[in-house]
Amino acid sequence: MNTPAATVPPARRLTTSAMIASIAEEGQRTTKAPFGHALNRLAEERPDVVGLSADLAKYTDMHIFRDAHPERFFQMGMAEQAMLGAAAGLAEVGLTPFASTYSVFATRRAYDFLCLDIAEPGLNVNVVGALPGLTTGYGPSHQATEDLAILRGMPGLTIVDPADSVDIEQAVPALAAHPGPTYTRLLRGAVPTVLDEYDYRFRLGRAAGLRGGRDVLFISTGLMTVRALSAAKELERDHIDVAVLHVPTIKPFDSDTVVREAAKGRLVVTLENHTLVGGLAESVASSLAYAQTTARIVPIGLPDAFLAAGALPTLHDRYGLSVAAIKERVRREL
Amino acid sequence: MTSTPSTVLGAAPPAQEHTTRQERIRALRDSAYRIRMHALNMGEVQGQGYIGQALGVADVLAVVYKDVLDHRPDEPDWPERDRLLLSIGHYAIALYAALAEAGVLDTEELATYGSDDSRLPMSGMATYTPGMEISGGSLGHGLGIATGMALGLRYRGSDARVYNLLSDGELDEGSTWEAALACAHHRLDNVTAIVDVNALQADGPTAGVLRTEPVTAKWEAFGWHAIRVDGNDVDALVTAFDSLREHRGSPSVLICDTKVGRGVPMLETREKAHFMRVEEHEWQIAREQLTQNHEAGRADGPDGRSDATEGKGPAA
Repeated sequence: MNTPAATVPPARRLTTSAMIASIAEEGQRTTKAPFGHALNRLAEERPDVVGLSADLAKYTDMHIFRDAHPERFFQMGMAEQAMLGAAAGLAEVGLTPFASTYSVFATRRAYDFLCLDIAEPGLNVNVVGALPGLTTGYGPSHQATEDLAILRGMPGLTIVDPADSVDIEQAVPALAAHPGPTYTRLLRGAVPTVLDEYDYRFRLGRAAGLRGGRDVLFISTGLMTVRALSAAKELERDHIDVAVLHVPTIKPFDSDTVVREAAKGRLVVTLENHTLVGGLAESVASSLAYAQTTARIVPIGLPDAFLAAGALPTLHDRYGLSVAAIKERVRREL
Repeated sequence: MTSTPSTVLGAAPPAQEHTTRQERIRALRDSAYRIRMHALNMGEVQGQGYIGQALGVADVLAVVYKDVLDHRPDEPDWPERDRLLLSIGHYAIALYAALAEAGVLDTEELATYGSDDSRLPMSGMATYTPGMEISGGSLGHGLGIATGMALGLRYRGSDARVYNLLSDGELDEGSTWEAALACAHHRLDNVTAIVDVNALQADGPTAGVLRTEPVTAKWEAFGWHAIRVDGNDVDALVTAFDSLREHRGSPSVLICDTKVGRGVPMLETREKAHFMRVEEHEWQIAREQLTQNHEAGRADGPDGRSDATEGKGPAA
């Protein structure tokens, strides 16, 4: 029943609208479902590519592949353990599966299946996890803030955290070409398109310098690279010269490049959409320590806590992942 | 509880076929005897182990490897092979025995069982052993992998079939039922689950750990074509597998009631039977009992009549 227009408009509150929340910022260029379309293009060339979903095809951009190649898409229902087991079975008979679900379910729930069915036999199964880190306001049930920490210990697993649609589009064929298992943190829906402005090619296992700078070195991964680039541009106005090193592959980690860049005497700021426990910051720190190199590291990432539910922009501000929060942190630390 | 296979059992087969079937059953019983003997010999290497399960499942494995699977012993990776996935990695001792019986492994290699640098680790590993399709020590994995293999084989137009040997204890694992749903949903009639119901798991009798019965009704409710047999009755196993191969439109499950320690009376009655310790002097006694038992069975006649006296019916 309609109520008469309220005389006092309610204070505008951001709402969670979590499952469709976009990580794109106002006015940013985006590309729709880059993973789904990249998988389709790959499937045209490779008849061995198959797709699986655990009742989340629509929410992992897998529906693009499902609709184009229904005979090669296998719906497993809301059963992540069976999906990863089945992906292993498909790989065992010579196919190249991409299995998508949310990151929390692939990692927390189906870990044993990813580990023993896929990683131990070294199968070419590509697990694609949507909603990595803090990319939904649904709260801890859906926020995979520790997926990198969980998976880094798994022998033989390649872990990729792409920055934008360009990165995803280039990563998909590289993942299929890589003989072993992979886990990719998926940005889905309307995904920012940024890296086409830079001289960038995705290379599995390799970090890429996106811009140079004398004062600060941002070492970033995943969606935080896009934020790092924005922050670096804006900090120019304050005469702070920031370099950005994008690390799309978390494992194997490109320690050589990271150590070489971090040893140049700049303030090192790591940026990751992940808890500071066991992710990028610790990978950088251990790389430097093992190389007997030191640098001052300011780690930007999520706290060691179960995060709040709420609207994504609010949460990114609160937990320090927004461009404004990054700039503020850099100014404070310099 | 035992449902009747859909093939016609009542009609007397023609005389020649009768002879052939007699020979077939006799050969399979001999094969099961050798699998048991191999298992005892391997068990002696370690002094303990999952001997009871190996003796219990030997008849099933004899029928599977000598009568059911389309495979090539000297080409274990032949792409068109039927696959048997051993979910229950701790039954590896039984599978090694069966692989030796099938000609995939050399019998002499069985003596390395569970030793350093052996290809035969105590828990089955696909990367170690020819003919071992999966590493199945963590339970509840086999049927999920079978689902993917079956989907993939069907997609590729292969007629190969996927068998998954799992245990009744494995029915505790939710992932088994996830996969059971998926197999039925996708109408994977190239999948056959074989459930070894020995009614015993690590913490004690299955009925006390986590009740799984009624097993047949559960599979049927999940959309599977289910047959339940005495898993130590070779004749019944042959009939059941023959019937299952004809079934179309849904996945099949063969529920096999087996007896832990079967064929060695001394071990059949042992109380701590899940992970069995056998004293040094007992191995020879066990082998003698096994041989006596087998010869007594042969004396009863190879035509299947002996099952009436040999089998005690479903163990559960």
